[in-house]
Amino acid sequence: MPISPSSMINQYKFEDEPELKDLFITVDDPESHITAIETFITYRVVTKTSRGEFDSCEYEVRRRYQDFLWLKSKLEEAHPTLIIPPLPEKFVMKGMVERFSDEFIETRRKALHKFLNRIADHPTLTFNEDFKIFLTAQAWELSSHKKQGPGLLSRMGQTVRAVASSVRGGVKNRPEMFTEMNDYMETFSHKINVLDKIAHRIYKEEREYFNEMKEYGPIYTLWSASEEDIADSLKGVASCIDKCCKATEKRMAGLSENLLPVIHEYVLYSEILMGVLKRRDQIQSELDSKVDALANKKADKDLFSEEIGKLEDKVECANNALKADWDRWKQNMQYDMRSAFTKVSDNNLRYYEEIALCRLLEPNHLR
Amino acid sequence: METRGVDQKPLRDAVPGRMDAPEVTLANSREAGAGSQHLTPDGPPCPEQAGLPGAPRPVPCGRARCACRSGLSACAQRGAEPLIAMESAEAEPSESRPEEDGAVPASDLPLPEQPAATMEDCLAKKMEITVSEAEKRTGRNAMNMQETYTAYLIETRAVESQNEGQCSPVDSLWRRYSEFELLRNYLLVTYPHIVVPPLPEKRADFVWHKLSADNMDPDFVERRRIGLENFLLRVASHPVLCQDKIFYSFLTQEGGWKEMVNETGFQLKADSRLKALNATFRVKNPDKRFTELKHYSDELQSVISHLLRVRARVADRLYGVYKVHGNYGRVFSEWSAIEKEMGDGLQSAGHHMDVYAASIDDILEEEEHYADQLKEYLFYAEALRAVCRKHELMQYDLEMAAQDLTSKKQQCEELATGTVRTFSLKGMTSKLFGQETPEQREAKIKVLEEQIQEGEEQLKSKNLEGRDFVKSAWADIERFKEQKNHDLKEALISYAVMQISMCKKGIQVWTNAKECFGKM
Repeated sequence: MPISPSSMINQYKFEDEPELKDLFITVDDPESHITAIETFITYRVVTKTSRGEFDSCEYEVRRRYQDFLWLKSKLEEAHPTLIIPPLPEKFVMKGMVERFSDEFIETRRKALHKFLNRIADHPTLTFNEDFKIFLTAQAWELSSHKKQGPGLLSRMGQTVRAVASSVRGGVKNRPEMFTEMNDYMETFSHKINVLDKIAHRIYKEEREYFNEMKEYGPIYTLWSASEEDIADSLKGVASCIDKCCKATEKRMAGLSENLLPVIHEYVLYSEILMGVLKRRDQIQSELDSKVDALANKKADKDLFSEEIGKLEDKVECANNALKADWDRWKQNMQYDMRSAFTKVSDNNLRYYEEIALCRLLEPNHLR
Repeated sequence: METRGVDQKPLRDAVPGRMDAPEVTLANSREAGAGSQHLTPDGPPCPEQAGLPGAPRPVPCGRARCACRSGLSACAQRGAEPLIAMESAEAEPSESRPEEDGAVPASDLPLPEQPAATMEDCLAKKMEITVSEAEKRTGRNAMNMQETYTAYLIETRAVESQNEGQCSPVDSLWRRYSEFELLRNYLLVTYPHIVVPPLPEKRADFVWHKLSADNMDPDFVERRRIGLENFLLRVASHPVLCQDKIFYSFLTQEGGWKEMVNETGFQLKADSRLKALNATFRVKNPDKRFTELKHYSDELQSVISHLLRVRARVADRLYGVYKVHGNYGRVFSEWSAIEKEMGDGLQSAGHHMDVYAASIDDILEEEEHYADQLKEYLFYAEALRAVCRKHELMQYDLEMAAQDLTSKKQQCEELATGTVRTFSLKGMTSKLFGQETPEQREAKIKVLEEQIQEGEEQLKSKNLEGRDFVKSAWADIERFKEQKNHDLKEALISYAVMQISMCKKGIQVWTNAKECFGKM
């Protein structure tokens, strides 16, 4: 069922003034496309906006996962030290969910929706040109636009250089702040991965418990058929266990909706952040190597100075961008975690209240 | 209506359907089992339904749950007898009323050996009984090999009137599980009409993973101690069993008790399992109520064991859910170390997750008590079946005796009248090899008549025995049913209360956790 952009207002974070929001995006309606070569899913992306730079105030386009990947890489290119939100994974290797199962598609759809909205909320990324094209261009327009711009090889080259430079250790002149960030991210990354495992394990245990409970209740009903005096009491227990089952299902659903996707997003975020820090290091090492070269060469000082000047600007921009985005990210993370765990607590409270209520009614029934 | 004493009516005069014939007629033994029931589906017929010619009406019992209307709860006063007796071999099948109820007013039946104790007289009221301790012992067994076993301390104290403020001295002695078993076996054989309370299980069964299946495990020993105490209390509060001397000695006499039990020779009285099995398959007309009771006890046994198995699995899973939450504690703690603002909230939330995870231990221990209550009735089902088996055995015995009597009567008749009704080897040989002399025949007839006389007496007494058994067994079964309904209701209520308490704990923990998360 399509989500209306207006209902999304509830999902916005408080540090972005919701009243000033002027870009509303939804991702819904997955559709299967079968061609001779491949089968793929497209999603409907609806944009509503009051911004001047958009020709119209409403757009509806269809995008496939590949298109999202393209958008992400363009954003990374344009803003190497900004924290680009995570995309859902290509496919789940754990083998639990089949590639095109409904559950998988729905999980992916929600994640893609989140992805676009996080970009829309970002003070810088929201004005990115490729982003605008992604939201507004028709399919053929998008394909032709994609073909422009630096080729795949050059993009790969950049990545290789980035990895290489970080291996070489662009850590030499790294400001204290970024070392702290690095340390933080290492621990955070580890912890969030453990949390991911724990949350999934809890879900699994709740599911096993549910499965056994489903078998438990009917036995009391069966027993009541052989009894006279206590038949009603037994049936009461059976119905209570049945309600308990339903409550457990709700509990599981709550976990699956409120906690699992959030933790998973931050698992992906931790990888992204490590990448961002590396790219910052790489930009820094470009400057550092030029500075070193200058110190050795002594010739073409003026030319180098100009280059170095540019690189220094670049480094400063990158650092500032990252610092600002980092603060923003941390605030969001705090909010998201607080919200997710609070919701889970609410879920659990509701769960116990429901069971207690049904059990409280029982003794009256028995007596 | 006089039924005592031996009614010496000559065979040929006995008329079916007469109330002064002490026993219910059965159609010709040849047709026994061909659907000739002596009970209506609902138990013995109402006098109104009997409508038998010439039969004086028995006094209706007037109880609300008259057997003609209800099923299992047969009117004890009526004493629905499934008994058979041999009537004249010439009895026409149409005239013999298999449903004829030889209803005998209870007061005319021979009384059981001693009157059952009233509730106030029960041993349980006069004496406080506890199994207060359990101790590991080592000793030598019958084969002189060393063994480890657990001994249980039984403490007894006479209940004095409280006003005097005196405390009577406590007597105590140690017993091991095998002695309890011996006591119970003795009771089973000596009181086959009683549903004898069961012992707690010998080996731990239906365990979920946290509990050990080891007999030496302290939790198992503790639960067994409680179960043994429960057993003693049940026996002590049983109107019949509490008066047993052997039981009393078990509680009070430390030495020589085993010898005393063996001297009763009860092992000899025990029915062999094979004999009982044989009877179960071959009995033709057991009391329908016992058949239904047997089915009920089978169903009860099957449903409770299924229930216990699944409950154990549910407990396992619930344990898993709670314990996994415990992992949060450590991660939150480690994570809080790198956070400034979130740190406190995370740390304290983690603590509550630890509390949550730990709370399941107590919860499941309490639930184990519920499982034990169900288990007792699982084992009680076996005791019920034992009573049914005894009835089948007695009934089969009776049927065999009746059959034997019939055939002897026939033989006698044939010899007397010279007609051959049934094929018999004797008949053939006499045809082939010539008849016997009249003197020989007379002699044979005389012998047979003596045997028939004996047989009839035996049959009569077996009949009476059987009726006594049915009557007293049903009295105890009714008592048992009430006890069972009461106990199980209580167990279900306390189960619900347990669940509520579990919910309260859960609500408290998650309220606290929510508060902590809110501070993140």
